[in-house]
Amino acid sequence: MKFAQSWLREWVEPKISTENLAHRLTMAGHEVESVEIEGEGLDGVVVAEVLSVSKHPDADRLNVCSVSTGSGEPVDVVCGAANVFAGMKSPLAVPGVKLPNGLKLRKSKIRGVVSNGMLCSAIELGLGDESDGIIELPQDAPVGAALSDYLHLPDAIIDLDLTPNRGDCFSVLGIARDVVALTGAPLRGPDLPEIAATIDDTHPVECSVPAACPRFVGRVIRNIDLAAKTPAWMTERLRKSGIRAIHVVVDVTNYVMMELGQPLHAYDLAQLQGCIRPRYAKPGEKVVLLDSREISLHEDTVVIADDSGVIGMAGIMGGLSTAVTERTTDVFLEAAFWPPEIMAGQARSYALHTDASLRFERGVDPAGQGRAIERATELLLAIAGGEAGPLVDRSSDEHLPARNPVTLTQARLRKVLGTDIPDETVAEILTGLGLEFGPVSGGWRVIPPGFRFDIDIEDDLIEEVARIYGYDRIPEATGIAEMPLGPVTETGIDLERVADTLVARDYQEVITYSFVDANSNKLVTGDTTELVLSNPISSAMSVMRGSLLPGMLAAAAMNVSRQQERVRIFEIGKSFHGTLEKPFEIVRVAFLALGSGTREQWATKSQSIDFYDVKGDLEALMQMTGSKSAFDVVPCDHVALQPGQAANIERDGEVVGVIGKLHPRIAKSFDLKKDVFVVEIDANEMFATSVPVAKSISKFPTIRRDIAVIVDEDISATQLVRAVESAVPDLVRQVTIFDIYRGPGIEAGRKSVALGLILQETSRTLTDADADTAMNAAVQKLKQEFAAVLRD
Amino acid sequence: MQALSELVRQAESEINSANDLIALDAARVACLGKKGVLTARMKGLGKLPPDDRPAAGQEINQAKQAVQAMFEARRTVLEDAALSKKLAEDAVDVSLPGRGISRGGRHPVSRAGARIERIFRDAGFGVRSGPEIEDDYHNFTALNIPANHPARAMHDTFYFPGGKLLRTHTSPVQIRSMVEEGVPIRIIAPGRVYRCDSDQTHTPMFHQVEGLVIDRGVSFANLKAVLHQFVESFFERDAELRFRASYFPFTEPSAEVDVLWGEGKWLEILGCGMVHPNVLRNAGIDPEEFTGYAFGMGIERLAMLRYGVTDLRTFFENDLRFLRQFH
Repeated sequence: MKFAQSWLREWVEPKISTENLAHRLTMAGHEVESVEIEGEGLDGVVVAEVLSVSKHPDADRLNVCSVSTGSGEPVDVVCGAANVFAGMKSPLAVPGVKLPNGLKLRKSKIRGVVSNGMLCSAIELGLGDESDGIIELPQDAPVGAALSDYLHLPDAIIDLDLTPNRGDCFSVLGIARDVVALTGAPLRGPDLPEIAATIDDTHPVECSVPAACPRFVGRVIRNIDLAAKTPAWMTERLRKSGIRAIHVVVDVTNYVMMELGQPLHAYDLAQLQGCIRPRYAKPGEKVVLLDSREISLHEDTVVIADDSGVIGMAGIMGGLSTAVTERTTDVFLEAAFWPPEIMAGQARSYALHTDASLRFERGVDPAGQGRAIERATELLLAIAGGEAGPLVDRSSDEHLPARNPVTLTQARLRKVLGTDIPDETVAEILTGLGLEFGPVSGGWRVIPPGFRFDIDIEDDLIEEVARIYGYDRIPEATGIAEMPLGPVTETGIDLERVADTLVARDYQEVITYSFVDANSNKLVTGDTTELVLSNPISSAMSVMRGSLLPGMLAAAAMNVSRQQERVRIFEIGKSFHGTLEKPFEIVRVAFLALGSGTREQWATKSQSIDFYDVKGDLEALMQMTGSKSAFDVVPCDHVALQPGQAANIERDGEVVGVIGKLHPRIAKSFDLKKDVFVVEIDANEMFATSVPVAKSISKFPTIRRDIAVIVDEDISATQLVRAVESAVPDLVRQVTIFDIYRGPGIEAGRKSVALGLILQETSRTLTDADADTAMNAAVQKLKQEFAAVLRD
Repeated sequence: MQALSELVRQAESEINSANDLIALDAARVACLGKKGVLTARMKGLGKLPPDDRPAAGQEINQAKQAVQAMFEARRTVLEDAALSKKLAEDAVDVSLPGRGISRGGRHPVSRAGARIERIFRDAGFGVRSGPEIEDDYHNFTALNIPANHPARAMHDTFYFPGGKLLRTHTSPVQIRSMVEEGVPIRIIAPGRVYRCDSDQTHTPMFHQVEGLVIDRGVSFANLKAVLHQFVESFFERDAELRFRASYFPFTEPSAEVDVLWGEGKWLEILGCGMVHPNVLRNAGIDPEEFTGYAFGMGIERLAMLRYGVTDLRTFFENDLRFLRQFH
């Protein structure tokens, strides 16, 4: 909502500066987006009359004008504007004046002719961004007057970001009401007269849907002059509100809408065919709007119709067939009340958004229609002449919004705000807001005015009081609350610790979008998700990710393309699964690494990472659970991972994640040329932790025995370790694989695995004989289960 | 025959001119060894008259001890020198980088989020979360935003076919938590939120922290205090706040909060208000008995101010050169 400060001050004139006014409005909930001062520094620019225009002797495009500034002799001014004519009134800047655009005027010769000043365009004077030639002032502009006096300059253009609950503030009158409440200055503004009818003409209106159209006010005005020029004061105010002047009828209806908040519509009376009927649209009905768009109407849309069919969409836009044109002489003015609940969402459902729909959706004053018609009539008659018929009001009082009283109590006011506002202050605020109220026990009974659609309950009044009183005047008070100590779990996940662990292992956290493109999501998960957005920002962000990896791989590729040789990143976030009906979300932790294992270092051989680098990082996370032995890493087939380097991470037999090398084909599709190793785990499944239970440490010495066995390639390390552990469960404290050998001495398809066993008794010192027995048992078990051969 | 003192002087000269342990040992042997000059004198004692022997023996012993002491002293000097030399050879360039893996870092948004969480946890707030794919009821209706309410236009919502949506704010967690836990309640709910908007100052996904306190006697004055304390705690400095009247369907009264930043510039940092009685009723809470406040803030906004980030979009570009600054 943009308007000229001078317009507002016509309605209410508080003795405060523009800056202060803007501050007060902002603090009261009408956030001032900008204040633009226009027409400063125009001293020395006067209203002048062009007496005669003759061609410049040496320049085709220039004219030499004789210009009067009222007193003294007329002066010659060279002018290049095409729109200059004898008899025109226009602003003249005289030599010595410095214009807002920095131009300093001097008496100068232009192609041999002396020019005693400059006739100015709007842009040159800093009055708007558009101009077609020099400014044409109305004929009644007083020659010789300072332009800033005549146009009431400088003026401030105030732009407010209004909240949707305050439909009443989409008008100068509405803002003025709040300024009254805020400053105590009285509401004034132009007298709004009732125009006496000079003709008897009316146009019939029949309303069969009173709930959708509780009030419809209209008037016939005949013999208006469409060629009449809208006065500068009006077009200037409209311009400052961002509204272009079109012709007098549209300008007047726009002006009244901006002033009083009531959208109006004018029909060309000659084009109306029969009775005007507000009604719901019928199946298949269409209308061509003022802007020539054809709309197929929904049946829940209220329209204005006549015998020819639909001639407008209620509260949104009028139709083309009955629009006022330059040939129009007689008009029918309409001001209706379309209730917000009827209008809600209508315009948006047609992708329309108009000044009228904006106001009706938020609520216009249900009592303001007559006033708006009267005001528009007054202005039209004054500018364009014509004769007005009687005002016709079709109202259904029972369908107009009820004005239910709301009780405000001092007790609740105090309870909600946490401060005492004296009764007199509250009463002053209610008065300032123009609310009808009277005292009741412990408070006030308030009848909100019809234009305030945001006052339904006591707390709405509390907000009003607080807003006008000033939030800044409410003191801070530290709350007092019980301090129950909630449960602090030691068995759940602490993702902060997970993040810290990965950070300590040289992973950088990233945050990628939760939506990715369908193709990369499918590449990584192998599934086509149902969770596709109806209105994505772009196709690259159209489906909910089934894995954190697609976004992370894209981030990795982006970094590689920006000369990052090593990328080690992790993300903690949700992946999305299930159906549209029953979606579910899983908190995941994923990390990936590519490039060398360590940063380039003078004493370390740079080595590309492999599976066991990231597995080491995974094991660090497993250790956080205190139950590392519950985990297995089991070979698997995975759509995104390279066969033979892909594994499920299992916890007690349940898959909780995957680890592996990204399939080269997938890597290529992400534009990644290096080997990429990835891990993705379900946080809740993976990180269930056990509370540590301490066992006493044995004081007896340990014995270490090493063996090497030759087994088939497909026997996994885990299998060997588990077998040894189960062979001598009471004595084995730890089994370490300390070497894997393939090559001379070992037949193809076999490998030698060296195992170190640490043995210990809890109740006595272990003897060599005990150790020998244990080792025999272990070797026997390996022989039985895996056809292992002991290597010497 | 040379005087004993002469022999000692000679030994001293040989010991002190020895430049390594081998030469030193040779000097020692020459004097004190089996065939050493002092040893020979000791052996020659027998040739002296018996009465002279004790005095002469004592004299020789003294000389031997003196030489032995000289030898020990010289050995210490030479050993120290040898050790110093060896240590000097072992010196390293301490400025060369160390070995082993380096460290990664947290994302600035996580870092700021963790900081916010920490501050509120310390004040006794619980931390809650909720689904990101929400239903219309929790995201809008229960928060006093009925269908077709103009406020819905303030939320550019991502929808799924069938009506589910991506939550536009963390406020649905208010409803879920109140219903599940009842009141009194004191929680924050951080998380991802989504709006169908993408330009220089908007990303389609961002992070919010919701706060909710419901109890008997909770007031707007309490809300002002907690947010003022929070802002000062987060930025670690005194801060001037400005509570401006505003509108959110789920709070009444509602406010937007600006912080004074730099030269008289007010920057909007969060929205808040007293929980609307309709919202309490929707969660089965009697608004006559209980009052409460709620607030919502954008983590990116706070992170930008705290860490001097000027372009919101850099948070989700994930350029490692940008992210590494936040350790």
